[in-house]
Amino acid sequence: MLRFFHQLGSPKHFYRIAGRWIPWLAAACAALMLIGLYQGMVVAPPDYQQGDSYRIMFIHVPSAWMSLFIYIVMAVAGAIGLIWHMKLAEVIAISSAPIGASFTFLALVTGSIWGKPMWGAWWVWDARLTSELILLFLYLGVMALYSAVEDKRTAARATAILAIVGVVNIPIIHYSVEWWNTLHQGPTVTKFGAPSIDLRMLIPLLVMAVAFKLFYATVVLMRARVEVLQRERNAQWVRELVDIS
Amino acid sequence: MRAARKKRLYLILLVVVGVGVAAALALNAFNQNLMFFYSPSEVNAGKAPPHHPFRLGGLVTDGSLKRLPNGLTVQFDVTDLQKTVSIQYTGILPDLFREGQGIVAHGQMRDDGVFVADEVLAKHDEKYMPPEVAASLKDAHDKGVTAVKAKEAGL
Repeated sequence: MLRFFHQLGSPKHFYRIAGRWIPWLAAACAALMLIGLYQGMVVAPPDYQQGDSYRIMFIHVPSAWMSLFIYIVMAVAGAIGLIWHMKLAEVIAISSAPIGASFTFLALVTGSIWGKPMWGAWWVWDARLTSELILLFLYLGVMALYSAVEDKRTAARATAILAIVGVVNIPIIHYSVEWWNTLHQGPTVTKFGAPSIDLRMLIPLLVMAVAFKLFYATVVLMRARVEVLQRERNAQWVRELVDIS
Repeated sequence: MRAARKKRLYLILLVVVGVGVAAALALNAFNQNLMFFYSPSEVNAGKAPPHHPFRLGGLVTDGSLKRLPNGLTVQFDVTDLQKTVSIQYTGILPDLFREGQGIVAHGQMRDDGVFVADEVLAKHDEKYMPPEVAASLKDAHDKGVTAVKAKEAGL
């Protein structure tokens, strides 16, 4: 087991192992997403107040969860890279940023599309929406900083610090709807006690959440493989790899 | 763990804690500015800015919605179950606007204590259920209310 993790830390073995995992992760993701979308769009009953408009939450809510989850992964991987100088952690951290930014953007856009008919406004400057927008800027800042610095190991260290400082925003986003009056509604699933959502709606939502997690796993491994190749382009094993293919 | 690594670990923890404390202090200081709306109780206590536009949020009181004689303006009461404020609004109400539903209105207090809104937003709650479940809940609630009333009448 320990040997497995040790091997995973070496770029060469990571490249090989990740390449083997990606098809399985992608297949599982596609299957769950099809099931979740069918359950959510067709099987789940309409809402008593919103009718069918609420169905956008099967995209919106998992995206918003992922935007927070990926940020935490990015910051923790960045911290591991800083403390133990582990190259692979740096690679995972920087490969996560564009995916997290995409999910944040998706959450903001789907929320806006839902907000216009339901609330009566595309956008309001309440605490939840504003802190989520700041998260998008943090992701963009991490990406910009990484590409602005020529030496990638220095760049990784600088972005890791930015990512770690930005972690303070994560609890603010999560608790914004409880700490302050917001137009955005309070938590449905992640609150204490039973979720205030019908089981037939909750199950597709959770299926979609797992599917989105698998999507992230698939894409982050693909991105990390490319990043590893770029960083190790002068290494013997990469030259051999290129010669073979 | 080697000393250098330990030092870096503590440094990172220190940064996280430091930024966290700074953010907590800043947010605490700006607490009122981060509130999206005032409640009727806060308005009643004079916490809302007088002669300035602000947002007022609450539940629309059952049976309070009426149309003024000019046919375009609606008037309704919002409550936080303690205090109530009347709102006048001319314009299109959002889909989710109904009696008993939470709303947030942007506007200004008139001298007679009526809040004149230029924008009304519906606040959705965190409950999701199919119509038949909502209907049976309401049914059970009504039955309960009837039973209580019958009991009170009997006593």
